Amino acid sequence: MSDAAVTSGRDLRDTALPDGELHARLSRTWGTGKGLIARLSTVDHKIIGRRYLITAFVFLLLGGALAAAMRIQLARPGNQVLGPDAYNQLFTMHGTTMMFLFAVPVMEAVGVYLVPLMVGTRNIAFPRLNAFSYWTYLFGGIFIWTAFALKVGPDVGWFAYVPLSGPQYGVGKRPDVWAQMITFTEVSALAVAVEIIVTTFKQRAPGMTLDRIPLFVWAMLVTSFAIVFSMPAIVIASTTLILDRLIGTHFYNAAEGGDSLLYQHLFWFFGHPEVYIIFLPATGMVSMIVATFARRPAFGYIPLVLSLIAIGFLSFGLWVHHMFATGLPQLGMSFFTANSMLIAIPNGVQIFCWIATLWGGRPVFRTPLLFVLGFFFIFVIGGLSGIMLASVPIDLQVHDTYFVVAHFHYVLIGGAVFPLLGAVYYWFPKLTGRMMSEAMGRWNFWLAFVGFNLAFFPMHILGLQGMPRRVYTYGPEMGWANLNLLATVGAVILALSFLLFVWNVFSSVRGGAIAGDNPWDAGTLEWATASPPPPQNFDRIPLVTSREPLWAERGAMPVVGGLTVDDRQVLVTTVTDARAELRESSPEPSIWPFLASVALTVLFVGSIFTPWAVVWGAVPVGVALLGWFWPKGDVEDEG
Amino acid sequence: MRRQRIVEDVSALPTYAFGTTMTTWWGTLGFCVIEGMGFALAIAAYLYLVHVNPQWPLADAPPNHWPGTAVLVILLASLWPNWKAEHDAKEENLPAVRRWLVIMSAIGFVLIAIRFYEFTQLKVRWDQNAYGSATWFLLALHATHIITDLADTVVLTALMFTRHGRGKRFADVEDNAFYWYFVVGSWVPMYLLIYWVPRW
Amino acid sequence: MTGRPHARAALAVLAFAAILGGCQGWQSALDPQGPQARELAWLFWMFLAVLTAIFVAVMIALALALIPRGPPRDDPLAVDPRSERRKNFVVAGLAVATGVTVLVLTGFSYVSQRNLFRVEEEAVIVRVTGHQWWWEVRYEEPDASRTFTTANEIHVPVGKPVKVKLNSADVIHSFWLPNLMGKMDLIPGQENDIRFVAERPGLYRGQCAEFCGLQHARMGLLVVAEEEGAFNRWRDAQIAPAETPTEPERITGQQAFLSRPCVMCHTVRGTGAGGKVAPDLTHIGSRRHLAASTLPMSRGNLAAWIVDPHGIKPGVNMPTIKLDPDDINAIAAYLEGLK
Ligand code: HEA
Ligand code: HEA
Ligand code: HEC
Ligand code: CUA
Ligand SMILES: [Cu+2]
Repeated sequence: MSDAAVTSGRDLRDTALPDGELHARLSRTWGTGKGLIARLSTVDHKIIGRRYLITAFVFLLLGGALAAAMRIQLARPGNQVLGPDAYNQLFTMHGTTMMFLFAVPVMEAVGVYLVPLMVGTRNIAFPRLNAFSYWTYLFGGIFIWTAFALKVGPDVGWFAYVPLSGPQYGVGKRPDVWAQMITFTEVSALAVAVEIIVTTFKQRAPGMTLDRIPLFVWAMLVTSFAIVFSMPAIVIASTTLILDRLIGTHFYNAAEGGDSLLYQHLFWFFGHPEVYIIFLPATGMVSMIVATFARRPAFGYIPLVLSLIAIGFLSFGLWVHHMFATGLPQLGMSFFTANSMLIAIPNGVQIFCWIATLWGGRPVFRTPLLFVLGFFFIFVIGGLSGIMLASVPIDLQVHDTYFVVAHFHYVLIGGAVFPLLGAVYYWFPKLTGRMMSEAMGRWNFWLAFVGFNLAFFPMHILGLQGMPRRVYTYGPEMGWANLNLLATVGAVILALSFLLFVWNVFSSVRGGAIAGDNPWDAGTLEWATASPPPPQNFDRIPLVTSREPLWAERGAMPVVGGLTVDDRQVLVTTVTDARAELRESSPEPSIWPFLASVALTVLFVGSIFTPWAVVWGAVPVGVALLGWFWPKGDVEDEG
Repeated sequence: MRRQRIVEDVSALPTYAFGTTMTTWWGTLGFCVIEGMGFALAIAAYLYLVHVNPQWPLADAPPNHWPGTAVLVILLASLWPNWKAEHDAKEENLPAVRRWLVIMSAIGFVLIAIRFYEFTQLKVRWDQNAYGSATWFLLALHATHIITDLADTVVLTALMFTRHGRGKRFADVEDNAFYWYFVVGSWVPMYLLIYWVPRW
Repeated sequence: MTGRPHARAALAVLAFAAILGGCQGWQSALDPQGPQARELAWLFWMFLAVLTAIFVAVMIALALALIPRGPPRDDPLAVDPRSERRKNFVVAGLAVATGVTVLVLTGFSYVSQRNLFRVEEEAVIVRVTGHQWWWEVRYEEPDASRTFTTANEIHVPVGKPVKVKLNSADVIHSFWLPNLMGKMDLIPGQENDIRFVAERPGLYRGQCAEFCGLQHARMGLLVVAEEEGAFNRWRDAQIAPAETPTEPERITGQQAFLSRPCVMCHTVRGTGAGGKVAPDLTHIGSRRHLAASTLPMSRGNLAAWIVDPHGIKPGVNMPTIKLDPDDINAIAAYLEGLK
């Protein structure tokens, strides 16, 4: 295709330069300038991914601090540390923060940082959208926590069932705050999902055919599809909820032909896939870590990929298992029992493949692997308790009790947080160029493992002994005191482990041993570049010849040449067999995504106070988008 | 950084193209899928409410279908200029592209006018009952899509009359046309749902 | 929140503990007292056994996998195709085994679901309406004159099938009697029902399981299972209107009660008090607990409750009404006497 713009003098190609100078020039082209504006304008997926990661961990600490407070209140019967009003805000903020501001974003953060490196490209697809999604997520989080600080924190639980959250019973603006925060986080999550899908489809290094995609990238891909198909449901749910509250619609008002169960269907149609959106990326991390520390390719690449896809699909046919006590038709419910149990098969296959990977080798017991082993122990318990919950009759007893609380902390913390901590120990050298302390790492692991089980195992028994969830206190005659005390002790130990983790991160950023490009002798592309990676990720785009390029190519890396040096270009390849087909220009930094996000925040927050905010608020948003997309007239834009 | 050996030269590759070659095409597809899912769920919610209510509509009469029918006809008719715009963009035929974009913008304004007229004519208010809420919700949902695509079209039209009207912009025109197909396609089921489901 | 009433509440709660402390299997799913609960417990233990076995097996496999074998792996890509093929078979086999196991478990689950919801001719029909944060209990009889309303305490005849019709006056609540049956939600604009049989005489505590706002934690419920005769006597007593007091203190109490806003919310059948938004007090004195199992019934607790309901149950939908001490004691005496 003929091309007018390229005739400008800037068409210098990387083939024409020696490695050293090429590196310097690319770093200049792709770099992020100094100064506040430059920082706010950056579109580097590594910088944005790092911000995402840090923000998410701050929310983990905040959410955890709330949990610590709840555990103190529950430690003794009739305790009066917290009143009902405070407690209800606490568990709602805890659940909301952990699910929407920590668990989902943290997985996206890792994806935003690692996927472009793993597929061997220079930036994520739609980098400005990426910046926009981070800001939107950040503002959403700040918004709900500010409201909480001002004592208008939501207090209706992390799924805000109507009518309790509806116009009649929802206190003041509290449920509105919840609903709008949802909108913030879903907008950003959906955007990131699209970026990751397109990056994986179109920006893989040449030669990285579908069956050579790293398992973590597969996991992020399936997760992104789950996001695309499930999150619209929660957007509809929260929007209709806020419409009921603000402009008097009757979607959920039984008196006017509405129906409160409709909300539950919409919420859980999102809510169940949500939990796999949290879990699947973690399985991707496990696959990578297991392979590296077993020092062999993951056993059963194809079954592992198929399990990911199967879980992705099945997760959309399970939502009713959260509604077994609502009086739905018996036969219909047992269908969802069957589905919920079937999902044990792909989950099992994953577990078996990982064990098979470790089997018969010489596993290297470093901290990342320890966390993965902890994952096996805890997640399998959580998964199996899930199988119990999937049975309608058993669920009728334990639904909405601490048994469920135990289940989901086993799967969330065991299934997602443990692999995540392992992943941090594993990829920290790549992010910072330094190793984390192994000694502290072991302490971190054992404290977390012991503390976790002390904190959450007793909750199974509490649930069976009749302790409902979301109670701010209980009487001594109930006989729940001792196990609750035990749980609190465990929670404190768990908290210590997190503090130790934070300390390990801070001290290692400065004092950690220098890591080098590939400290673990791993096989995938993110380890082919420097640690931390330069702005351009790779001086020349690698050409992939196998699933573990770094293990296959011990000598010089095969690479492709011919991209421009002085303006940003990424190599676009075909979807299935990754043949190079385009040298697409990648957007320059821009302040507009930040401004657009600010404008959107004004609109969302304003809409809580007057519906008209949606109208006048749209104007600044429109202006910002115009600035965002209006071309600057340089090569980059004209292509 | 490790030693490297160049085994392939991509300098001859183009810097932009059309359709599935471009990342933007996939991006647009992604957002169409997201919004399509949103539509599907809104429709499911509507049908759920139909199902739980013994009688439907909960108003004296179903909505006057003529505005909706007009929108349907115009949308279907717009497929042709839309296709032309897409086609001529691939040809990089600037004058033709400008012409079709202007026409598409005009169509967009007409559609919005009709939709807002319709809002004033609906026999039920959004805060009257669940039926009113659901009807207004679906109409508004689709209206926002017309509006966003119109805004996009207008900006593109303006662009094509500036010095930027070349190269990669043609691919943008194609994407814009692509999105419009989605707007048209999504109206068909909604049309049947809003105007004809309450009629039997 | 002020400290003083809390101290009182705490004391009351301790007294409560003294009374019920010894109570065995109080509100526990693991201490079934009826066929439904036993079916559920059986299913639970069966699942637990199977799944524990699976867990142990998986952990053993993992432990064995961690044993270092073979030479150090200098070349990660060097894997022995023969052992890979063996692993393929094992993993495939385990996948199939997993499938079979879950199908069997689903089968068991389905069968006991059938048993659980088998409909048998009920001896008693109780309509329970959820309120924030108490239970309105209505015994429905074909003969309307024998229909009556009470609150927070359900009496059932031992060994007889009971059907409970559930709906809600405000938000979603959930009716749960772990020792007798699983839970079922009370949803506004919808009627659910649940059936159970209590096999032995006794007190069975239940609690609202669906989060319903501030006092979700204090929305308890008591089932009293008694022999047929006792049950009938109780029912006849409940049907009767409140008998007019004779002792002077209780007479003043009644007058005080009737002249206060109490009547706007509470009903005492046989008097002018006809409020419908709060528990029926006609036979409040015959109940074991106050305010949805928040306090044990006693004159002192009645007084405590009336003086400061919000100190005992913060956020409760009963206002604190200014009364002088004599009135309070008189009203407490009056109410306590409403057996
Ligand atoms: C990471 C998140 C995560 C994951 C992975 C899971 C996994 C599963 N969950 Fe869980 N779940 C939650 C997060 C998660 N859940 C949350 C947050 C809630 C509560 C929401 C709320 O109410 O607040 C919840 C609630 C919840 C309920 C509703 C409970 C109630 O409210 O009454 C149910 C019911 O069916 C359920 C089932 C399952 C099942 C069957 C799985 C399965 O996917 C598990 C499959 C895994 C295994 C089975 C183990 C590995 C397999 C083998 C070792 C093979 C051998 C096994 C067999 C032969 C059985 N979950
Ligand atoms: C990934 C998700 C996630 C995670 C990681 C956690 C982590 C924890 N959760 Fe969470 N939890 C949920 C998701 C999660 N939870 C959800 C979804 C609910 C349901 C909410 C609802 O019902 O609506 C819930 C509900 C829930 C309950 C039930 C509340 C109730 O029903 O009444 C309890 C009770 O013990 C609890 C405890 C804990 C504890 C002790 C931790 C511990 O793991 C926390 C350990 C971490 C820390 C303690 C932080 C360490 C650091 C510090 C303490 C220093 C503080 C520093 C600063 C503030 C800068 N959680
Ligand atoms: C605005 C309505 C209202 C008024 C006025 C009111 N109450 Fe109440 N009352 C309630 C509600 C609601 C409850 C249930 C509280 C709960 O358990 O959550 C209640 C509970 C009670 C109970 C416990 C009932 C039971 O079944 O355990 C007693 C006793 C009682 N009130 C007495 C009084 C007296 C005496 C007065 C007047 C001095 C009074 N109430 C005035 C609303 C009211
Ligand atoms: Cu009623 Cu919880
Ligand atoms: Cu689920």
